[in-house]
Amino acid sequence: MSTATSNQQAGPAGALGKRRPLGDRLFQILALAAGLLVLAILILIAVTTSQQASSWFSAEGLSGVFSTAWNPSTNKFGALGFVYGTAISSLIAIIIAVPLSLGIALLLTEVVPRRWSRPIVYLIDLLAVVPSVVWGLWGILVLAPWLQKIYTSIGNGVKGTPVLGSLFGPPVSGASFFTAGLILAFMITPIITSLSREVIATVPVIDREGAYALGATRWEMIRGAVWPHSQAGIVGSILLGLGRAMGETIAAALVIGSSVQITSHLFAPGDSMPAVIANEFGEASGTFRAALIGLGVLLFALTIIINIIARSVVARSTRRSRGA
Amino acid sequence: MATTPQQPAVDLREPASWRRTKNQIMTVLMVLAMLLILVPLVFVLYTVISKGAGIISGQFLTASIPPNVLPASIGGMGPAVVGTLEITGLATLMAVPLGVLGAIYLNEYGKNNLLSRFIGFFADVMTGVPSIVMGLFIFSIWTLHFGFNGVGGAFALACLMLPVVIRSSQQMLSLVPDPLREASYALGSTRSRVTLTVVLPTAIGGIVSGALLAVARAAGETAPLLFTILTVTTTNTDVFNGANTALPAQIFANASSPYTGAQARAWGAALTLIVIAFILLVVARFITARFTKVGR
Amino acid sequence: MEPTPEPNVVAERQARAAARPQDTRPQDGAESYGSGTTIFDANGISIYYGSFRAVTDVKLSIYENEITAFIGPSGCGKTTVLRSLNRMNDLVVGARVEGDVRYRGTPLYGKDVSPIAVRRKIGMVFQKPNPFPKSIYDNIAYGPRINGIRNKKRLDEIVEKSLIQAALWDEVKHRLKASALGLSGGQAQRLCIARTLAVEPDVVLMDEPCSALDPIATSAIEDLMKEIKSQYTIVIVTHNMQQATRVSDRTAFFSVLRNEESDTRTGVLVEYGQTQQIFEDPHDPRTQAYVTGRMG
Repeated sequence: MSTATSNQQAGPAGALGKRRPLGDRLFQILALAAGLLVLAILILIAVTTSQQASSWFSAEGLSGVFSTAWNPSTNKFGALGFVYGTAISSLIAIIIAVPLSLGIALLLTEVVPRRWSRPIVYLIDLLAVVPSVVWGLWGILVLAPWLQKIYTSIGNGVKGTPVLGSLFGPPVSGASFFTAGLILAFMITPIITSLSREVIATVPVIDREGAYALGATRWEMIRGAVWPHSQAGIVGSILLGLGRAMGETIAAALVIGSSVQITSHLFAPGDSMPAVIANEFGEASGTFRAALIGLGVLLFALTIIINIIARSVVARSTRRSRGA
Repeated sequence: MATTPQQPAVDLREPASWRRTKNQIMTVLMVLAMLLILVPLVFVLYTVISKGAGIISGQFLTASIPPNVLPASIGGMGPAVVGTLEITGLATLMAVPLGVLGAIYLNEYGKNNLLSRFIGFFADVMTGVPSIVMGLFIFSIWTLHFGFNGVGGAFALACLMLPVVIRSSQQMLSLVPDPLREASYALGSTRSRVTLTVVLPTAIGGIVSGALLAVARAAGETAPLLFTILTVTTTNTDVFNGANTALPAQIFANASSPYTGAQARAWGAALTLIVIAFILLVVARFITARFTKVGR
Repeated sequence: MEPTPEPNVVAERQARAAARPQDTRPQDGAESYGSGTTIFDANGISIYYGSFRAVTDVKLSIYENEITAFIGPSGCGKTTVLRSLNRMNDLVVGARVEGDVRYRGTPLYGKDVSPIAVRRKIGMVFQKPNPFPKSIYDNIAYGPRINGIRNKKRLDEIVEKSLIQAALWDEVKHRLKASALGLSGGQAQRLCIARTLAVEPDVVLMDEPCSALDPIATSAIEDLMKEIKSQYTIVIVTHNMQQATRVSDRTAFFSVLRNEESDTRTGVLVEYGQTQQIFEDPHDPRTQAYVTGRMG
């Protein structure tokens, strides 16, 4: 049982005295420095990007930053439209990805025998390893044109009807909020699935047996024994997926339509924070560039907060499950 | 009464059918979820392979990048291949040793103390930082001062890889059983020696496998490169000077082009990327299966 | 609209309980303590996990309203046999039962038999108390709810009745909505018993129910067992021989049979009879060695 802290040596101190060899001490310092690098980088990111974006903040002020007026040619840089686009596309992604991910996670943990779960896990890994830019390429060249036809027929079908019309009615475009959300869903499913699986795996076997012993079907066992243990952790993994969806840049940049607007029409083109940064940065300078970096700061802040909440929730849930 | 009295036959058949039906519906839904997610995967892979295979060749992988308007038969993605190899390679050289060292601190020195739990927690949080933010960060801190070059791109990718390598390596180190360490301590080794000669070699399979997966992710990243290497079309073997290019960056540039030649080259580059990532994935799994002595 | 909870079974059991003499400990020479009905009849069953034969050729009968104890050293298969009585072994991949085991005359592993229906009639209490992470009320109500009972008043009645039967009502009646995870070990186990009784089973199987509890909690559970045996049939696996003598009417002694040539081992039933006889006058030398403490 090695419970030695970083200040003690678990091994003998050396017959010649209490001092540790210099090499050993250096190694420890090196290792510690590498670990601290994580914290250093996070702090640096926050500091340097805010600095670069400061001219935007000072030019627009708080109300300007969150206005909807975005017009580089007249030096207006309100971010709300992009925040909206990020929110909507991520929300669509979550709504699509969560049932899929949970279904697969439960399938792997409860239904499929251990032997057959490996190929399915490999497939999920394969899904995860497809680069964002390839999703984007396929999205804009293949999926978007195909979806455009579908959107058009749905749009014409619901045109004029109260709720559906404003959600799915025209104008429609292949590259749109919904297309972006769909592709984002494919991209975040692997992470939600794998994290949910980890959480569900911490449910004690005897709890499952207890439910079965009462004459429960498998689904009833899942609802009674698995769900209460893992619900917090699953919520955490969903939040992580949300964070990932918000930050995914290239796929969104290619298929979201690049025309910023706040509209309820999900099949209409829009824009999101990472997408506009990726698309416009090359040509931007001065306040424009500062604004784009500022959007990056916003994105950083949002994803950090979501990730902190998500990781805490997951950690607490697995800790409690194991302890119970 | 010792004899068994006549008892009514016990009904042990199916419970109420609605319970069985609900159970079956749920199972069907779960299977459906899996099939549904396979649809886009198969679709994407099929498209990339069918559109990209036609253009891939030795020439494609080495020839220079022509202007977008030229047809697919001319030129290739040579500079991008070189760029990807250089930049990702450099990033790996930076991120993996630092990541493993960090993991060593977390698992061997810090054990469960407050600092290492803090670092570990924020390493997890850092894996969620969007890659574009990393790109902006390196832009602010490096590119503005030292210009567009491959090394900037490598820094950005390394920042993405670092937390992933730390966490996966830490997990592998934690699977090494303590008795191995104790045996080495009992022979008079210092902690650094124990770590380097006993713990690391035992966990090396899993560590390498985790690192390969991080490399696979980094090779496909576009956003961090956009602001740091400034996608050009010429080969640049000097990572420290001058703009560079890489496969993902080229794909991004070509994807919005209306020219079929450019698009075809993009598919070719996409296939190349997927093949690279796939090979890394397979090798990683292979190493896990054959060379991990602990866990898994 | 909830389905009626099989009134004929409930009425039957109440009629049987009413017709029974109160003193259930044997006068000398009495052959059975209950109505003499055979609940389980195992006719030479062998249980396999894959190719490993865990128990071989077990022949015994369990009688109604008796407490039957399975005793024996570790690894002799007593838990395996117990779990085969409510088909919990089905949950293990590769487990199978060869031979005929009947429950009230109906083959347990017959073609049309649903394990879910089996487990409702034959309940199980586990070694380590396993309350669900829900409220005390919801733990008890879980079983009735999945069987379709939704009416709040009925559920309240069932919860109260089960907790009274499990001798837990007074301690928790004012905090039914509190989390069950806050209960002490002994209380949690009584909760699990109440939860099992809530679905109105016929048989209660207990797998070393007291091994994780302190002596006071153990004695409470033992008293509980003796209280409820007039309405249920109980089979208990126990490592504690004194417990077997305290509560059980019949005892089955299992042991490990080693095959020196093939270097395999399997569990076998050595001797089965009335508890008094097993402990005071064992017929088999292995039984004698075990109960006198020379083995196991």
